[in-house]
Order: sequence, then C-alpha cells, then structure tokens
Amino acid sequence: MERAGLSLGECMIRITRKIEFSAAHFYHNPNFSAEENRRIFGKCNNPHGHGHNYVLEVTIAGDPDPTTGMVLDLKELKDILQTEVMERMDHRHLNYEVPELAGQIPTCENIAAVIWKLLEPKIRSGRLDRVRLYESHDLFVDVSAGNGARA
Amino acid sequence: MKISLTRRYRFAASHRLHTARLSEAENKRVYGKCNNPYGHGHNYVLEVTVTGPVDPRTGMIANLAELDPFVQREVIEPFDQKFLNEEVVEFREQVATTENVCREIFRRLKDFPLATLERVWIQETSKNSFEIDADVDKWDEVRA
Repeated sequence: MERAGLSLGECMIRITRKIEFSAAHFYHNPNFSAEENRRIFGKCNNPHGHGHNYVLEVTIAGDPDPTTGMVLDLKELKDILQTEVMERMDHRHLNYEVPELAGQIPTCENIAAVIWKLLEPKIRSGRLDRVRLYESHDLFVDVSAGNGARA
Repeated sequence: MKISLTRRYRFAASHRLHTARLSEAENKRVYGKCNNPYGHGHNYVLEVTVTGPVDPRTGMIANLAELDPFVQREVIEPFDQKFLNEEVVEFREQVATTENVCREIFRRLKDFPLATLERVWIQETSKNSFEIDADVDKWDEVRA
C-alpha cells in the first residue's frame, strides 16, 4: 500500500486485541540423546508434558477508514483469532494436535511464529504489526515483520 | 519475520540521588525527596529482550537455562538487596538514577554470548519506567 505522505487525516494507528488459551506441551528433540534432551530442555523435557495459560496480543496497524473510523472491525479480528488460534490451540497438546507445529519444538518462539504465519494472510484491513505471546507473566516472545523498522 | 524473546526479572535495592557536582542546596532542589541522606528503595522490575535466529534443534533464540544464570550473575546478584550507591562500584561515581541503572544493566548484559541483546527495560515504580534499545549503543561516548 503506497501512501502519499502523512497528513493530519492520515495517521497510522495500532490496535491490539488480547486472547488467552491453555495448552500442553513438552520439549523433546528425537535427534538428541535422552541425556542431551534432559540437559538442554531441563524440566520441560518431562514426557508427560505440562501446560501454560498463554496470553496472545495481536497488534494491527493501519489508517482508520474515514467512514467507519476503524482500522479493522474488531469483531472480524475476534473471529479470525477464534478460528485460527483458539480452535487450533486451546485445550490442545501442542506436540500432537497442531499440524503447523509438526516437527518443531513447541517453544514460545515457534508457537508465536506459527501464529504470525496463520494470521498474516487473514488480515485484510490494516496489516499485522506484531504478535506477542506470553508463556507466563515473566516470559514473552514478539514477532514482527522484520523489515528493519522497529515496532 | 523478526523474533525476540523477553524475560522479566525482579530485584529490590536502595539508592540515594546525590551528586558531588552540585551543592547541598542544589542537590536538594534537583532531587527532592530522593536526596534524603539515608536513602530509600524500590522493587525494580527488569525486562531483558534478546533477538537472533531460532535454533531449529531447540526451537529457541536463547535457552533460559543459559540466559537466567547470566542475568542472575551479572545483575541480580550484584544489585538485589543492595545499596546501589555504595555496593555497585559504578554508582560511586555516577548518580544511581534509574536512567543510569538501566544503562549500567545494558552494559553488563550486552555481551551475552548466545543471542543479541536488543532492549533493557526497567521499571522503578508502577508509575515510571526506562528503556534502552540496542541501537543506542554509544556507551563510551555517553559516559565520557
């Protein structure tokens, strides 16, 4: 989308929607020995798995539509998050039940990257600016377009 | 696509804002209550953001099993439950404002060998916070 330059009526806005989902996972790389898996992944290597209440913040950037005053309809974003994230990941075991994560260790980094790839093509109004995924209050991952511009 | 990982830590410490470069009266005027000679303290919250490629074998930018002990050794142990002005040598010469604390923490963490330090964010109270991005890395010039 090419823009002729900023004017007062054309000022980019970022909006963020938050959802929460709960899921199980564990970290295990079949190419590592049992000892390496334990050493590298520690408690997260427990084969019975463990779980988190993930908090996902999805940020959309764009210019508000002059008619509706919206960057995008939050109802539409809510539906996209429901379909793409909640139905795929909520109350699921991320090692076994999410095909997009197959063959990957379901770390916060990889889950957030999968969510970015799922959401980006679905945002038709504005553009996906940032995906922030909290695994816990003290740990989160940010994914952005990575064109060199800072979020 | 760019990915970063942020980890949050906490430490509690006391400080006093006072500089020998100003007179007693000026110190009182500039720093107000924070100039109290007995010092005061905060529960600091620290966010450390690192970036870099996600290792396909581990799915990680940096293993917390390595980042946590590094931050613990470089910052938490030397700062937690300490009087910053006296017990952290860098603050004997410079005022222990949270700007300077933020900068000192960045300096201590910037050589983390397993990922690139992108940002240090520190909250002094729920009402104020300070942050430094990696591209503001002219430490020697700033300090001079």
